Amino acid sequence: MGILSLLIFLPVIGSIVLLFLPKEKEYHIRAIAFAFTIVTLFTGIRTLILFDSSLAGFQLVEIKEWIPNLGAKYHLGIDGISILLVLLTVFLSPICVLASSAITKSVKSFHISLLLLETAMLGVFLSLDVLLFYIFWEFMLIPMAIFIGIWGSGNRIYAAIKFFLFTMAGSVFLLFGLIALYIIHYKHTGILSLYLPDFYNTHSHLGKLFFLFISFGFAIKVPLWPFHTWLPDAHTEAPTAGSVILAGILLKMGVYGFLRIAIPVFPEESQYFAPYILGLSIIGIIFGGLVAMKQSDVKRLVAYSSVSHLGFVMLGVFSFNLQGITGSIIQMINHGINTGLLFLLVGMIYERRHTREIADINGLAVSMPRYSSIFVITTLASMALPGTNGFIGEFLCLVGGFKYNPLSGFLASLGVIVSAMYLLLVNQKVIFGRPTGNNVNLKDLSIREWIVLVPLVSFIFLIGLYPLPFIKLIETTILEYVK
Amino acid sequence: MECLSHPALVLLFPLTGILWNTFFGFKFKKYAGYIASGMIFLSFLISTILFFHHSQSNVVWTKDLYTWIRVGNLDISISFLIDPLSIVMLLVVTSVSLVVHIYSIGYMKEDEGFVRFFIYLNLFVLSMLLLVSANNFLMMFIGWECVGLCSYLLIGFWYKERAPVFAGKKAFIVNRIGDFGFLCGIILIFLNFGVLDFITVSQHVNNINPVIITVICFLLFLGCIGKSAQIPLYIWLPDAMEGPTPVSALIHAATMVTAGVYLVARCNFLFGLSPCAMNLVAITGVLTAFFSATIAITNTDMKRILAYSTISQLGYMFFACGIGAYSAGIFHLATHAFFKGLLFLAAGSVMHSLSGELNIFKMGNLSKYTPYTFWTFIIAGLAISGFPGLSGFFSKDKILISAFSSGKYLLWLSGLFTAYITAFYIFRMIMLIFFTTERFDREKRQHTHESPYIMTIPLIILALLSIIAGYIPIPEYLSRVLPEPSFVLPSSTKHLLELLSVVVCLAGIVTAFLIYQKNIISSSRIKQKFLKLYTLLFNKYYVDEFYDELIVKPVNRFSLEFKNKIDDLLIDGLFVNGSGLVIKLTGLLTNLMQTGYIRHYVLFILAGMIIILVIIL
Repeated sequence: MGILSLLIFLPVIGSIVLLFLPKEKEYHIRAIAFAFTIVTLFTGIRTLILFDSSLAGFQLVEIKEWIPNLGAKYHLGIDGISILLVLLTVFLSPICVLASSAITKSVKSFHISLLLLETAMLGVFLSLDVLLFYIFWEFMLIPMAIFIGIWGSGNRIYAAIKFFLFTMAGSVFLLFGLIALYIIHYKHTGILSLYLPDFYNTHSHLGKLFFLFISFGFAIKVPLWPFHTWLPDAHTEAPTAGSVILAGILLKMGVYGFLRIAIPVFPEESQYFAPYILGLSIIGIIFGGLVAMKQSDVKRLVAYSSVSHLGFVMLGVFSFNLQGITGSIIQMINHGINTGLLFLLVGMIYERRHTREIADINGLAVSMPRYSSIFVITTLASMALPGTNGFIGEFLCLVGGFKYNPLSGFLASLGVIVSAMYLLLVNQKVIFGRPTGNNVNLKDLSIREWIVLVPLVSFIFLIGLYPLPFIKLIETTILEYVK
Repeated sequence: MECLSHPALVLLFPLTGILWNTFFGFKFKKYAGYIASGMIFLSFLISTILFFHHSQSNVVWTKDLYTWIRVGNLDISISFLIDPLSIVMLLVVTSVSLVVHIYSIGYMKEDEGFVRFFIYLNLFVLSMLLLVSANNFLMMFIGWECVGLCSYLLIGFWYKERAPVFAGKKAFIVNRIGDFGFLCGIILIFLNFGVLDFITVSQHVNNINPVIITVICFLLFLGCIGKSAQIPLYIWLPDAMEGPTPVSALIHAATMVTAGVYLVARCNFLFGLSPCAMNLVAITGVLTAFFSATIAITNTDMKRILAYSTISQLGYMFFACGIGAYSAGIFHLATHAFFKGLLFLAAGSVMHSLSGELNIFKMGNLSKYTPYTFWTFIIAGLAISGFPGLSGFFSKDKILISAFSSGKYLLWLSGLFTAYITAFYIFRMIMLIFFTTERFDREKRQHTHESPYIMTIPLIILALLSIIAGYIPIPEYLSRVLPEPSFVLPSSTKHLLELLSVVVCLAGIVTAFLIYQKNIISSSRIKQKFLKLYTLLFNKYYVDEFYDELIVKPVNRFSLEFKNKIDDLLIDGLFVNGSGLVIKLTGLLTNLMQTGYIRHYVLFILAGMIIILVIIL
C-alpha cells in the first residue's frame, strides 16, 4: 500500500477499531481516536518529506484498476495544490479530538464520525479519479451533517438539514457536469476515462453551461456570496470540532474544486465568467464583513468573517496569476488556522458560559487574561496584521487581484478596513471592559486547552514571519498551472 | 565596532525585552521596567555606533537579513536601509523612547498592568525601528501597521474603562483607512516597478507614466494622513489621549505620528515628480496646522490641547515636505520629538501632582509646588512657540523661510499666523497651569507635590535636548540624501523673516499673558463678542459629529439593513427557505392526491384525457 492510501485509510482503520470498543470506555475511545489522528499526522509529515517540491506534476501516484467497464481507477496523487491542504487536514484532526472533551453524548459515534470525516476529506484532496473524487466528496456530507444534527446546539436539526440539502443541491449539479464531461471526452477520443487531467481543456459548445453547473456545486461549498446562508447556521449549531473542520477544511473543498477541476477543464469559460465571480467575491469580502459586524452571536460573526476571507481566496484564484493563486492557497491555510482558532476559542467560552451571545460575554481580559491574549492575537491574524500569517495570504491575493484588474483589487482592499471594524468590535465587547455577572469568575486556560491552542498560534507567527518554505512547497506546481 | 553596527541589533534588543517580559516579567515584576529601559538603552547605543560608523563611509548601506516573501518576480527581503535619514530617525526614536521608558518606571509604578505596559512599549519601539530602518515598502508596512497595533493596545491600556477601549478602536480603524491607501499604493508600485525596495524604485522612477506616479503618491499620502493625523483623518488623535500619558508622549507626539512625514521624505523621489501630489501635501499640511491650532485655543483639557498642537505641528512638517524642504521637515520632526515629548511628560507630571486632573481651569499657581516640572514645561513651551535660541525656532523658521523663498506667500502667511496662534494657546495653557490663582480644591492641595526623580530627570534631559537640538546641523546632514529646494534668498530678507518670526512668537506669548495673567483683556468679553466662533471652535468644528452622521451611522444602518433585508430576508428567506417551502408544498399537494381510492385515480385519468383532447382539438 502506498503512503497516500495509508493516509486515507488510517482513520478508517481507527474507526473500525473504535467500533469494537464498548461505548462506556470513553477515555479509551478518546485516546485511540487521538492516537490514530496522530499517526495520520506523522504519515502526513512523512508524505511531506517524500514530496519533491521541485516537480510540477502529480507525485506518489497510486493506480489500481477499479471498475474497468467505466474506466474508473483507484487513482491517487499529490501535488503542490493539494499538499498544504492535506497537511492542514491531518494537522487539525488531532486538535479537534483534543478539543472535544466537552462532548459527552455518544462519545464513540462522535469519534467514529470524526475519523470517517478525516478519511473523506483526505480522499477528496488526493483522488485523481473523478468518480473516486465524487464519492469522497459526497461521503463527507454524512459525518458532517450527523455532527451538526446530533452534537449540535439549539436549532441543530434545521441547520443539519439545511446544510445537507444545500450542499447536496450543489453536488447534483456538480455530478451532472462531471457526467457530461465524461461523455464529451468519450465522444472526442473514444476512450472511457475518469482520470481528471484527461478532461483538461475540454471543448464543447455547451462549455459555459457545464462550467456553471460545476461552479455552482463548488461555489456553494466555498461559499461564494450569495450561496452562503447555510454556513452561519451550520457553524453556529455545530459542535466546536465540527465548526473547526467545517471552517478549516470543508470550505477549502470548494476552492480546491475550482482550482483542480473547474478552471483547468474550462480555461476559456473561467476567463469569461471571471468578472462575475470576482464581483461576487468582492461583495462577499465587503458585505460579508459588514454583516458580520451586525451579528449578535459570536459564532455567526466568525462564520460571516469566513465569507469575507474566502472572498479573498476566490479573488486570488480568479486572478489566474502566480501571486494570486499562491496567495489563495496560503490564505486557505491561514483561514484554516485563524478561523479554526477562533472557533476553538469561542468553544472554550461556550463550555464555560453556555452562551454565545456577544451581549452576555464581557470583560474576559480581567477574568481570563491568558485566554484573552490568545484571542486578541488571533483576531489580529484574522484581520491580516503584517507579521502574522493572514497578511501574507491577503497581500498575495490582493497583488494577484490588482494584476488581473486594478479595480477589483482596489475594491477588495476595502476589506482591510471592514475586517478591522468587525474584529475590533468583538475585542471591544467580549474581551475588554469590566466583567459582569457570570463573567467575573472564569477559569483561565487549562493545560489541555494550551496544548490545543499553542500549535496553531505558533503557525500564525511562523507563516507570518517566514512564509518562504510554504511558498516554495507549492511554487513549482503553480508556475506550471499558470501556464 | 564593525560587528556592532548591524542594524538588526538595534531591533534585537527590544525584541529580547518583549520576550523576557512576556515569559518571565510576571515573576520578576520589579525589574520589568529596568529591563525594558535597559534594552532600549542598548538600542540607542547601537544606533549611535551606527551613526559614527556610517558617517565615516558616507554611503547608503543596505543589509539583508533573509528573504521574506518570494513568489515569482515578487521578491521581498527583510533588509535594512541605513542612510542619514534613517539614522536621524533611529536616533530620535531610541533617545526619546529611552527617556519615556525611564519616566514610565516612575509614572506607572502603581499600575497593575506594569509589566504589560513595558511589553507594549518595547513592542512599539521594535515596530517603529522596523518602520524607519526598512529597505522596502512592504517591510516598512509591517512596522507601519504594528505601530498602529501598539497604539491601539496602549490607548486602550486601561481596558476596563469604556472610553479608552473605544478610543483605541477608533484609532485603529481610522488608521486602517489610511493603511488601505498605503497598501494599494505599495501594490501599484510593485505592479509598475516590479520591485519594492526604495533604491531600485528611485532609480527607475523616470520610466514610469507621471499619472501613475501621482496616483501612487495620493495613495501613499492617504496612509500618511491616517498615521500622522492630518485633515480629514485627524479625529483619532485627540481621543488617543485616553491612554497613559507616557504613551501620549512617545507614540502620539514624538514618534509614531511622525511616520507619515518620514514616509513622504523617504519617497521624495516619487513625490518630487508629481507637482500635484506635492501641492496636496503642502496644502493639507497648512490647513491642518491652522485648523487644529484654532481648536486648541478654546480647549480646556491639557492633554487634548497638546494633541491638537501635535496635529498642528505635524501639519508644519507636511507643509515643509510639500514645498520640497524635506530636510527642514525632518529637522522639525526631530526637534518636535524632544519638545513635544517633554510637554507631554511634564503634563504627566502635572497630572501626577494633581491626582490626574486634566482641566486647566482647575489648576493654577503650580510653579510654587512643582519647580522642575514648571521650568521644563516653560522651556518646552518656548521651544514650540519658536522662541529664539531654542530648537523649535530653528526648525520652524527653516520651514517658513523655505515657504517664503519658494514663492508660496499665502501658505507662508498662514504658517506664520499659525505660529502666532501656537504661541498663544501654549502660553494660555502655561498661564493657567502654573500662574494665576490656585483653582484646585483644598483636598488636592495637601497632596500636591513634585514628582520623584525618576520622572523629573527625564524631563531635564528632554529640556536640554529641546534647547540644543536646534544647534545640531541635522538639515546639513540630511541634505546628503534629501533634495534641497534650489531657491536662495538674500541674507537680509532672511534676517527680516527671522525677526518677523520672533515678533510673532512674542506677540502670541504677550497676548496670552495679558489675557490670562494680567486680565487686561477679559477673556469672557472676547468669548461674548465672538460667541458663534467660540462655540464653533469649542466644539471642534463639529467634525466628529459630522463624521458620525455622515459615515458611522449610515454604515451601521446600511450593514443592519443589508443583514436583515438582503441576507436574512431575501437570500435566506425567499430563495433558500422559500425553495424549501415550495418543495414541501408540492409534496403536500401531491400527497393529497395519493388517496388510495381507485375512483379518484379514474377521475384524474379522465380529467387528464379531457385536457389532452381539448388541447389537441
